[in-house]
Amino acid sequence: MIAHADNIPSGRHPLVKFILRWLLTTNHKEIGTLYLSFSFLLFFIGGAFALTFRAELAQPGLQFMGADFYNQMVTLHGLVMVFGAVMPAFVGLANYMIPLQIGASDMALPRLNNFSFWIMPFAFGLLLSSLFMPGGAPDFGWTLYAPLSTTYGPPSTDFLILGGQLMGISSILGAINIIVTIFNLRAPGMTLMKMPMFVWTWLITAFLLIMAMPVLAGVVTMMLTDRHFGTSFFEASGGGDPLIFQHVFWFFGHPEVYIMILPGFGIASQIIPTFARKPLFGYASMVYATAAIAGLSFVVWGHHMFATGMPLATELWFMYATMLIAVPTGVKVFNWVATMWDGSMTFETPMLFALGFVVMFTIGGFSGLMLAVAPVDFQYHDTFFVVAHIHYVLYPGAIFATMAAVYYWIPKWTGNMYDERLGKIHFWTAVVALNLTFFPMHFVGLGGMPRRIADYALPFTGLNTFATAGAFLLGVTQVLFLYIIIKTVRGGPKATDQVWEGAEGLEWTLPSPLPLHTFETPPKVD
Amino acid sequence: MKYAFSCSGRGRLAFLLFFLASGAFAQGWDMRPGVTEISQDLRALHHMSLWICIIVGAIVFGAMFYTIIAHRRSKNPVPATWHHSTKVEIIWTIIPTLIVIGMVIPATKTLIEIEDNSDADLTILVTGSQWKWHYQYLEAGFGFFSNLSTPTEQINNIEPKGEHYLLEVDNPLVIPANLKVRFLTSSDDVIHSWWVPDFAVKQDALPGFINEAWARVPVPGTYRGQCTELCGMNHAYMPVVVDVIPEDEFQEWIDDQRIALEAQGEAAIAARSRDWSMEELMPIGEDVYLSNCATCHQPDGSGQGITYPAMTGSAIVNGPIEAHISTVLNGVAGTEMQAWGPQLSDLEIAAVITYERNSLGNETGEVIQPLTIFNSR
Repeated sequence: MIAHADNIPSGRHPLVKFILRWLLTTNHKEIGTLYLSFSFLLFFIGGAFALTFRAELAQPGLQFMGADFYNQMVTLHGLVMVFGAVMPAFVGLANYMIPLQIGASDMALPRLNNFSFWIMPFAFGLLLSSLFMPGGAPDFGWTLYAPLSTTYGPPSTDFLILGGQLMGISSILGAINIIVTIFNLRAPGMTLMKMPMFVWTWLITAFLLIMAMPVLAGVVTMMLTDRHFGTSFFEASGGGDPLIFQHVFWFFGHPEVYIMILPGFGIASQIIPTFARKPLFGYASMVYATAAIAGLSFVVWGHHMFATGMPLATELWFMYATMLIAVPTGVKVFNWVATMWDGSMTFETPMLFALGFVVMFTIGGFSGLMLAVAPVDFQYHDTFFVVAHIHYVLYPGAIFATMAAVYYWIPKWTGNMYDERLGKIHFWTAVVALNLTFFPMHFVGLGGMPRRIADYALPFTGLNTFATAGAFLLGVTQVLFLYIIIKTVRGGPKATDQVWEGAEGLEWTLPSPLPLHTFETPPKVD
Repeated sequence: MKYAFSCSGRGRLAFLLFFLASGAFAQGWDMRPGVTEISQDLRALHHMSLWICIIVGAIVFGAMFYTIIAHRRSKNPVPATWHHSTKVEIIWTIIPTLIVIGMVIPATKTLIEIEDNSDADLTILVTGSQWKWHYQYLEAGFGFFSNLSTPTEQINNIEPKGEHYLLEVDNPLVIPANLKVRFLTSSDDVIHSWWVPDFAVKQDALPGFINEAWARVPVPGTYRGQCTELCGMNHAYMPVVVDVIPEDEFQEWIDDQRIALEAQGEAAIAARSRDWSMEELMPIGEDVYLSNCATCHQPDGSGQGITYPAMTGSAIVNGPIEAHISTVLNGVAGTEMQAWGPQLSDLEIAAVITYERNSLGNETGEVIQPLTIFNSR
């Protein structure tokens, strides 16, 4: 059942063998590698889009592009980063680490695993090909609001819709695989409440995916039928309502936000105890808090829509439910600090990224709490304040968590230690650059600058120039990350099996580098 | 920009800090206080939640940085082994819950006030369309369009930018001070959002639906805002400007508008009662083209891909006149080409069609008369 290098008939050209190996692999480590490499590539593509429109925003007036191309860049940046960079990175880590952490030999459904990865290049091939089409790429923002995306969308919108459906299939299959693996393949003795936090957070994330992704697939299909088959879901003149789109989209979109952050919580909950050399504080409450956040995520979607003319009672409900999320999120942050308290800490690169995650994600959480206050949201809504908020949650949140995970586990994956000095330089330059980029956005937003505008009034000039300079520095730091990874894969000081003195968990009982097949006989967990 | 990247590292840092400081001074660090009671209430709520975040942040980050310094391995070589405390966990679940409850009480009060649209003295229908606002005074029974008045030369960096770059219009909305003005928002095409930060009024304008909001502005003056919902290419070029005038001058202003409307009607009759020459129409047509058509179809008529077709050599522009007139008057369904009939006069439409058919690389030699447009409506 496992097809890898050994199974491919000899005598073929080495390049053919190489391609067949990666195309046909059903090994969770290889598929994890594919996911991570794919997301890294799209991270750079999405970053290039961001730098393109940040260059335009450096000064008022139009310098480098028309307003329509600007909108295309904004749209593709959002779509590529959310669906192409952050989600596949977490799925890649799940593929790689969940079987190792629960003592399974592989994912439960290896062929499905291969299939869910290989859908992704086609989904994003469709999406990115829209850039080269007449009429240009989708230009209505990643939120795809109708009727701008339906009646008024460029022809390439259909490629986005098809890409979105493919991506949805991939995510749903991946999520099913993760749930089946966790429920069925745990090593004897590994009860649910003994699972590592990364496995727990991913289990909950997988349920969110199964519930949210079909809703996205549904809403883009409604777009398709509105565009081509004469339906009027979102068309008022045909009896529809453009707000239906927003309700359905955000019913997917808000859980999606937690899909992009819960695995990050899991990663931080693994790394902080390792480098504090002290067990995670409040394991059970961490699990319950994660489940509470996931549950609440399905009843708060309206907070994206306070300015759409909701009735008072609905606004109040969404305000109360949203603010309630601060409680379990607060519990998580307090628990991380309590884990560190009276520990014996060292600050290797994974720990630095995990701590950067906790601090800056909390800042994003604070601005989230402020945004939840419905009356004031009338002033914040659709300004750069929201842009600042979402990027504090996602960049030092999801992306820092992924980077922490890569530094944490790459010695196990490759058998080589990364360059600690370069890792620290990467962390500190990234922290400085991302705060230079995103912190000023709070102020331009409060000052009244709407988001998604190609050109702006003169008072916003200084802070925008500043943010653009930060964004380019941030881009450079990620090239350094690429260099560090390549350097580690190619060589470096040999890693021990334990790698980190304080690390606990089944993955550290395995040799470094990992052999292709692990836990062929399940370990015993006591 | 060139300067920024040619100087030394320290110079570059100084340059960046200069930009940060100058940016902050130009616009302020904080939410704008605004002029209405609601906008000031919102700012107070903003400050309340900001201070709660700062205090909680100081405690959490303070504890974190203390432990980072005090409990690093060189200071604390033997880690503790405790890993839970039900009492502590209950405490730090209850305290945030209480804080959140404390926050929502004043927020609920203000929200109820915001949503009280009753007893308005005056109602204005605000309709968004790509990419302008239309204001209709429902009681007085008249309305007008409000277009960006910043010249394209400023946007394309040919001329220096004026003080109110992108926040200036040809016809601002005029409302009286001290009265409760109700704004009904709607849209002709996609979703727009009408925002005046100083009134704390932001309401989405949805095609086919009507939303409401209100403001009572105590201080006369000019207030500026923008469309805040991505509405297509020229989303950045859809400003909102409101002139608030003293209550007693408002009736006078309404009367002036009525007189101006009558004059416009008479001018339209005069315009269609005579024949216009190409020499007369072309300069009018060029002005109309540049201020209404050029953002999409480009000043030279080259268009932008298939979404905004070229004028030069276009089949419609060079084909039968009736089809050309109908396209301009009624727009093209399902595209961003809007109906210009309600927005422009017969003379303006006649002039712009004449201009399009005899310029931008087209040479039909035809002159279109305002009467033809009047009869085509």
